[in-house]
Amino acid sequence: MSTTTPAGTTATTDATTVVGTPLTFEEKRHARNLGIAYIVLAGITMIFLTGHSGTATFNLDAGRSFGLPAQPLAWFVAASLAVVAGIQLWRGFGKWTNVVLAMASLLIFMSFLAWAAAGREFSFIGMLASAVTFSTPLIFGACAGIMCERSGVVNIAIEGLLLNGAFTSAFVGSLASGWPGMGPKSGFWVGVLAAMITSALFAWLLAWLAIRFKVDQVIVGFFINFFVLGLTSFLSSRVLTENPDYNDTPTLGAWKIPLLERIPVLGQILFRQTVFVYGAYVLVVVFTWFLFRTKWGLRTRAVGEHPRAADTLGVNVLRLRYRNVIMAGAIAGFGGAWWTATLGRFNENITNGRGFIALAVVIVGRWHPVGALSAALLFGLFDSVADKLSLLNTGLPSEFIKMTPYLMTIVVVAGFVGRSRGPKAAGQPYESQ
Amino acid sequence: MTAATVDGSPAAAPEQKPKLVAFFDRIDAYNNLLLPVLAIVSALIVGAFIIGLTDIDRLKEGDIGGILTTIKDAYVALPTGALGSLRGISETIVSATPLILAGLCFAVAARSGLFNIGATGQMFAGGMASVWVGFTMDGPGIVQVPLALLAGIVAGGLWGGIVGLLKARTGAHEVITTIMTNYIAGLLTLWLLKTEAFQQPGKDNPVSKTVSDKGRLPELFFWSDDPSLRAHWGFLVALAGAVFMWWLFERSKIGFELRTFGSNADAARYAGMKPATLTTLAMFIAGGLAGLGGATQIIGTQGYATESFAGSIGFDAIAVALLGRNKPVGIVFAAFLFGILEAGGRKMQLETDIPLDVVLVLRALIVLFIAAPALTRLIWRLKSEGSTSVLQFRGWGA
Amino acid sequence: MELELRGITKRFPGVVANDDVNLRVRGGEVLALVGENGAGKSTLMNVLYGLYKADEGEILIDGVPQHFTSPRDAIAAGIGMVHQHFMLVPVFTVAENVVMGVEPTSLGGIKLDLATAREQVRTISEQYGMHLDPDAVIEDMPVGLQQRVEIIKVLFRHAKIVVFDEPTAVLTPQEIDDFFVIVESLKADGKGIVFITHKLREAIKVADRIEVLRRGKTVGDADPKTVKDTELAEMMVGRPVDLVVDKAQHDPGDVVLELTDFTVRDPSGRVLVDHVDLQVRAGEIVGIAGVQGNGQTELVDALVGLRRVADGTVHLVGQDITVANPRDMHRHGVAHIPEDRQREGIVKDFDITENLALTGYYAPPLSTGLTIDWKAARTTAEHLVEQFDIRTPSVDTGVGTLSGGNQQKVIVARELSRDLQLAIACQPTRGIDVGSIEYIHERIVALRDAGVAVLVVSTELDEVMALADRVVVMYRGKVVADLPRASTNHNEVGLYMAGAKESAA
Repeated sequence: MSTTTPAGTTATTDATTVVGTPLTFEEKRHARNLGIAYIVLAGITMIFLTGHSGTATFNLDAGRSFGLPAQPLAWFVAASLAVVAGIQLWRGFGKWTNVVLAMASLLIFMSFLAWAAAGREFSFIGMLASAVTFSTPLIFGACAGIMCERSGVVNIAIEGLLLNGAFTSAFVGSLASGWPGMGPKSGFWVGVLAAMITSALFAWLLAWLAIRFKVDQVIVGFFINFFVLGLTSFLSSRVLTENPDYNDTPTLGAWKIPLLERIPVLGQILFRQTVFVYGAYVLVVVFTWFLFRTKWGLRTRAVGEHPRAADTLGVNVLRLRYRNVIMAGAIAGFGGAWWTATLGRFNENITNGRGFIALAVVIVGRWHPVGALSAALLFGLFDSVADKLSLLNTGLPSEFIKMTPYLMTIVVVAGFVGRSRGPKAAGQPYESQ
Repeated sequence: MTAATVDGSPAAAPEQKPKLVAFFDRIDAYNNLLLPVLAIVSALIVGAFIIGLTDIDRLKEGDIGGILTTIKDAYVALPTGALGSLRGISETIVSATPLILAGLCFAVAARSGLFNIGATGQMFAGGMASVWVGFTMDGPGIVQVPLALLAGIVAGGLWGGIVGLLKARTGAHEVITTIMTNYIAGLLTLWLLKTEAFQQPGKDNPVSKTVSDKGRLPELFFWSDDPSLRAHWGFLVALAGAVFMWWLFERSKIGFELRTFGSNADAARYAGMKPATLTTLAMFIAGGLAGLGGATQIIGTQGYATESFAGSIGFDAIAVALLGRNKPVGIVFAAFLFGILEAGGRKMQLETDIPLDVVLVLRALIVLFIAAPALTRLIWRLKSEGSTSVLQFRGWGA
Repeated sequence: MELELRGITKRFPGVVANDDVNLRVRGGEVLALVGENGAGKSTLMNVLYGLYKADEGEILIDGVPQHFTSPRDAIAAGIGMVHQHFMLVPVFTVAENVVMGVEPTSLGGIKLDLATAREQVRTISEQYGMHLDPDAVIEDMPVGLQQRVEIIKVLFRHAKIVVFDEPTAVLTPQEIDDFFVIVESLKADGKGIVFITHKLREAIKVADRIEVLRRGKTVGDADPKTVKDTELAEMMVGRPVDLVVDKAQHDPGDVVLELTDFTVRDPSGRVLVDHVDLQVRAGEIVGIAGVQGNGQTELVDALVGLRRVADGTVHLVGQDITVANPRDMHRHGVAHIPEDRQREGIVKDFDITENLALTGYYAPPLSTGLTIDWKAARTTAEHLVEQFDIRTPSVDTGVGTLSGGNQQKVIVARELSRDLQLAIACQPTRGIDVGSIEYIHERIVALRDAGVAVLVVSTELDEVMALADRVVVMYRGKVVADLPRASTNHNEVGLYMAGAKESAA
């Protein structure tokens, strides 16, 4: 149960003694639940024994491919899961728990794909590459979210900031390409810059309302989402529809990285992508380093955990929050431009809730940039599977595949797969005096 | 570190106040009337700027007078479109009905300390349940209609209750889980509408079978033959919902428990209330109200289900609840205001060339000025007066 | 270095927290600032530390007026503060907490240089004999060590004046002694010390000079060598204070509450209350003494049903109530004044009527069927406000606007105003004014005289000694002593609290 008790310092004293086994009650229950989950999953895998049969051919790059026989694989996976469930219930996997879970998930996933594509060909590598592509805006959105939340500001407005980024980059990008000395390409980047600036402004508005007026952060976030949705839709139908020239930018092609793109399999997945994808990876690396290795990171994390402690040491809590939220806005604005770069235009509500998914990515990724990257890839993977599967016509409604990441998020936040703890002061307005 | 305390002086003899002043005191005129009115006026002013600044053609010509005329026309069209005719009033009511119920949904949860963003999903659940009752049964209306509404309440309640149960059992934060259950409900609805059981025969697009005539909510303006007067008894259902909420929080034991839990969960536990039950119950009641909203939308307004019958109502309802300060009467008025914007906005779109989307902007601005009373006070140079925050996010917790 | 506060006045809406306060402290001197809760000590120190801005008056260092707008300024001027509630980030290490704000860096001021930070922390720690591991994580450390981290934080910033705000409140007697040793070494090093406390004995023991604050004003100073604690108490409160509670001879009846082999664990299985046996008889006050964090809180929580009892049984007048929940306890006539008033005892957004109905709303006369009879509740509330001397304009007033003492009276009125078998009072007078303390003590004694069994839990030894007929001491989750009040004294109980002594309880 959560409470609003401010972070006090009633840490446990040495007045208590540790007794009993190394496993706590909670861990034991958790381990048992996981065992039961494996049994359920084994049961689900049995579904893949029905319907389709035959060998699925998974195409890789350069004409290579591998095949998986659907039914034998399903038998194998179901049996393995049963064994894993047994071991889990009997004595657990200790520090290997998460590795085993990941392996099991991978097996189920492959078994599912083999079932879905049984007797046909399937572009495996294309699926992975588009998973990476789909995850890109989520990574930007999630990093923006982490930057805010680590310093104690809950940012529900990621959706609005992304949407604004998409709109502004398309609009300004189109306008700027007509300026003297500008081509469509350079115009596009002017648009991206404008997207970063305007999203930063909206983020400033969020910070200003939340910090200066102490409006509840979730409510401010909602306001910004509403407002940006309304404003961009309004401008889109009032300005863009009447002037199609204002909504026409070039799409950004892949930028193949020399040498790296030649790596088998990985090259095509990772290194024949747009600048936005590379930008996302650079962002994750740089952001992680800054968050955990620098003065700024230390202060940011302190302000998110115990702002008064930071304040009493002369750290300007509010200024740091302003700064971080504004930077986060710029990041989200950049992420929003991904849509423009991909589609070459803006449509009403083009982000369609990706910002909320980014919020889930923050939590599933446990407020860590690398965790968020993994979570975003996972979400991207499901998007791309749903996309590809509709082509295969498996009879399995695509709605259910699209639903999976949402269900998965619930499973994660419900703590069925380990707990995640958010910054303690997130959401709490801070009064400096 | 509470600095200001009332260092108690024995109660002074209450002075006799004029009746009218006493009345305004009782309803807290400052917070419940003055601030909302100022918020709406502020929003309209900002909205006027947005309309003016996007009138690119006239801006290029420097036709300020023309711009002002456009703004005037728009702001005249809004109220006349919504209230200038019986049809307009009917449309306003049609828009307001689900907003009231979804707004009550958010407010019930909010006063129990929960951020329920899940009205959309709960409306889907309720609407789908009621449409199923609606097209499988064929009267009599006196049985079928209440049954369909009940199905809506139960389905919406269960859909919300799951979230409450998850929160109670595992601490999963409702902001995240409701966002997720919204998507899941939307996808389930889409899938259901393509199944044989639901889909209207002979259609390719996801549209449900039609609710039988006897299963529809009766028309509100039953004396008129005008088929364009769509308002239905769902409005009365919504008002009943508001009365229910008033009773719940002001009179009932459960409501007192929910309020206590919402204000101070530790105190609730201390006082012998059961937080897990209350969390689940709050979400069940909230979901039930939203589900009822979905049901009125189906067996009242539409007569069949589409993949988007909940539209953005669930989200607009958050704005409605905030504007109504989470009080039933406030919510009814706020929903009416939003209904006016919606119904009037359509007329505005026809008469001027200003898109309906401007209504979204106005709503957002109203929310802003309501949620940030300090900002509104600053703009209007008002003295500060205690205004309680509507809701406080409690951190992601665990 | 010399610090002087001259004519400091700080007003809050409706309250003057500091009224023309004058203070002076030199290097190598310990000044004790005493005053009861709400006297304005904390406000004054927040003004000094740049957290509040004074409405009038000035702060001078070596005669030069200072203008502090944030703690940064105060730190720069050589002022350090050890807050009552520690200002430590629980998930950070000692070194990270110490250097925050003045981090050693590399790479042009960007990269955090933790190696240097660790070294610097280790140096200071050894210099004052504090023995701290720079890499220990705060949330895993005992409170006494956390306080040392706070002290190192201050020294790391080269403070010349160190302010301690109620530093001993959370420490064991042993830790308090260690703390005084550290204070001495700081003094010997030429630091000026301001020691804020409401514990008069400690002020007399450690200070060179004592300044008394009452209702926001400095009302005089005293020489600790000559002053008596009763004189100080009188200066503090403004009238003669009876430090002793008047009680008639007690006459215990049958056993009302009986704990047998009572054990509580935390979710990870650690033992918090260790096989406790305890009896409380009718017409008897049993006081549980002990330093904060020795299992008292958990004992009461488990007893009233807010926590699970891991082992053992609870009997109330012979009936097994081990698995009872708070509602059952209420029905059984058990009153519970919770330890943390603001967190559990009241709902700040509610008015007095609602708060007075908080625990009894579910049953007649306040409710029938599904609804609550608010008219009846209001009448009852008006009656209780009068009976318990709750100072408020009306019963419709929000409890959040009342003073701490009146909030506590609301809780006491609610809990003690019905037919009871057992009353459990935790920290019944924490953080409230002397008038309310005396009143609440009287009420508790009256309850006992009426034949109710009373269990008082307090970390204030004075309170336990004043109220209890029998003193039970808890240490590390165990009952280490069970002594009749008449045959024990402060000293003996203090030794048990410190774990220095263990009897066959």
